[in-house]
Amino acid sequence: MPHISLPEGLPGISSGFAFRPETAKPMRELAHILLHGPSTLTPAERELIATYVSSQNDCYFCQTSHGAAAAAHLGDDSTLVEEVKQDFLHANISEKLKALLVIAGQVQQGGKNVLPHSIGKARREGATDLEIHDTVLIAAAFSMYNRYVDGLATWQPRDQAMYSSMGQHLATHGYLTPSVKAPTLEVTK
Amino acid sequence: MPHIQLPEELPGIRAAMAFRPETAKPLNELVEVLLRGPNSLSPGERELIATYVSSENDCYYCQTIHGAIAAASLNDDETLVKKVKHDFQNAAISDKLKALLVIAGQVQKGGKHVTAEAVTHARHLGATDLEIHDTVLIAAAFCMFNRYVDGLDTTQPRDEAMYRERGKRVARDGYVAVSKEYLPAEVSS
Repeated sequence: MPHISLPEGLPGISSGFAFRPETAKPMRELAHILLHGPSTLTPAERELIATYVSSQNDCYFCQTSHGAAAAAHLGDDSTLVEEVKQDFLHANISEKLKALLVIAGQVQQGGKNVLPHSIGKARREGATDLEIHDTVLIAAAFSMYNRYVDGLATWQPRDQAMYSSMGQHLATHGYLTPSVKAPTLEVTK
Repeated sequence: MPHIQLPEELPGIRAAMAFRPETAKPLNELVEVLLRGPNSLSPGERELIATYVSSENDCYYCQTIHGAIAAASLNDDETLVKKVKHDFQNAAISDKLKALLVIAGQVQKGGKHVTAEAVTHARHLGATDLEIHDTVLIAAAFCMFNRYVDGLDTTQPRDEAMYRERGKRVARDGYVAVSKEYLPAEVSS
């Protein structure tokens, strides 16, 4: 049961967003720019960074929904998503993305854990300053989203079909509008 | 030296925000709603939560600037701010705020660390669901801001007078308003 009285029927962060629309708006916009906006990193690469950090933070809702969004961007390749979560250094991804995931993992541990050596490695693999910046901010932002979702003890159903549908919505439309509807709202439509 | 090429004249998060104005906009809007928007928690109380979490994350820039904003909101009581950082259970603050700081400290460690007992205790001392929600989100958001500031290795001058002066201005004018000094007009409006 959630720690506070959240709207029922909405999973994970959707319930926090519905409870407090004033904070939902900038949080949605931030995710949209970072994961869905114009970038030299593909949406799939950015979703993989978000998924990996959420996995390291052990947030079921975030790693499953963003994993589904990553898979949707990758032609439904959920195997690759699993590989990145479990052992990204041996996953079938670019060396640049591996170097960025190392940085993201350091940010997840704490800002001071980011090593100049890791930045140098990413740069040698072709990462730009903007890509490094966005990697740091994606990892930092998911250190927020994950804590928000688990810190309120939100409802996180074990329902793969729901996450797949959310992932498709997120991959297509981004983060500005809700990716799930409360069952009650659907009934009254 | 910062990990990426940031504007040299700006300290801490301001350099990162000037580097990437697109993400600066929702970041400033989020902190404005959380720390200065209409709320039954005073701006001083909310700044103390932000300062405490930043201190636990060992982010010099964030704990110093938010400590200064807190002091400016609390009759310049810098001693109280320091006491909250180091030993809030024995600080001259309300029992409700102590209970909320316990929750904030749990969020700082990780979302799953928040206990039902801590939430119940806060509620017994008069905390509302919205106050508990905002405490969780302030703590989560500063786990992001702290990682962003330290993860890029931003310049963080040891100049207490600078933070004190800045703190007074932010307490008076707000985050979005002062961000217009270093963000392009089209995104800060």
